[in-house]
Amino acid sequence: MHMRKHASLSTTWALIAAAILLYVPANLMPMMVTASLLGSQEDTIMSGVVFLWQSGSWPLATVVFFASVMVPLLKIIALIYLTASAQRRSRHNLIQRTRLYRLVEFVGRWSMLDIYVITILVALVQFQGLATIQAGPAAVAFGAVVVVTMFAAMSFDPRLIWDPLSDPTPRRPDHD
Amino acid sequence: MPAPDAHLTLPANPVACHECDLLQSEPRLAPGETARCVRCGAVLARNPPDSLDRSLALTLTATVLYVIANVYPLVGLEMQGRQVEVTLIEAVQILWKGGVEPVAALVFITALLFPVLELLMFLLVLVPLRLGRVSPRLATFFRLVRSVQPWGMMEVFLLGMLVSLVKLSHLATVLLGPAFWATAALIVVLTLAARAFDTRLLWQTPVAESGR
Ligand SMILES: [Zn+2]
Repeated sequence: MHMRKHASLSTTWALIAAAILLYVPANLMPMMVTASLLGSQEDTIMSGVVFLWQSGSWPLATVVFFASVMVPLLKIIALIYLTASAQRRSRHNLIQRTRLYRLVEFVGRWSMLDIYVITILVALVQFQGLATIQAGPAAVAFGAVVVVTMFAAMSFDPRLIWDPLSDPTPRRPDHD
Repeated sequence: MPAPDAHLTLPANPVACHECDLLQSEPRLAPGETARCVRCGAVLARNPPDSLDRSLALTLTATVLYVIANVYPLVGLEMQGRQVEVTLIEAVQILWKGGVEPVAALVFITALLFPVLELLMFLLVLVPLRLGRVSPRLATFFRLVRSVQPWGMMEVFLLGMLVSLVKLSHLATVLLGPAFWATAALIVVLTLAARAFDTRLLWQTPVAESGR
């Protein structure tokens, strides 16, 4: 048997709030700055996806869009739903909610994708006078979103979903 | 669905589901079988054949691959006669000097530090078990290994490398280094090693019981 996670719900709420606050600059600020002979260009996460799409690699564009934009967003929404329903001690959809939690835990790590893309781009494109790539402020905010949502998923104790089953239920018939 | 108060007496060999806390008896498993929680479907136990020898051999292979993945260049780029190649640690250093230290630290932790911690900690569990030394501290330690696992993200890193190479492929020639292939192999071998490991070995003494 494992120790229960301490103050699970309030910690999860605090981390969800932090994730929402960080998600905004992560998507609005530039993720990378490219300087080349043609001038300087700033890219957000979304314009990076559009670039991949236009250059013909739409499967990768779809992967990056899901990993960087949809996964963090859906993860935040799913965690709000899971935490709120556990707090209300809901007895509905227990199995579905447990599956959702497993999905959140499994999928969350893939949103690190863009951080690694930036890492390799910055490391390789350092041709002084020809082309250089720098990471922008959104990279820091985005990395923080990934870390904070991972901590949020970890601080949520999935056993809280099942706990209401052991609550005393006055409406239950006596001849059980 | 059984009512929770149906479990007033403890089952013969009780295990608590780590996801929903339901106490249930662990069934006897033939090699290759998996036991799941009757209520929520979480994996309770598996019985992989030849568990210790296989997971130990795979983990040692993974250690060699890890060294290759970090010593040799991952990827390279050729542009107008100039060529660059980077190792993982060089990429982290360039990022750090570029002024985004938190991002560099995150990449260092998730792609380099935690994978090696996971490997070494796994070896620290496997080697004593292989030598026949079972202690309750091993189980506690193994829980620590489990908590480290989500932070090692080599498979995401591999996909990230592919995406960045696609982005660069229209303006320069991209090269895949030995470390790229070592990383790909490492991910496969490490997954197999974790699958081959029977966690029940941490709780049971290897002495053959009369019940077999
Ligand atoms: Zn369960």
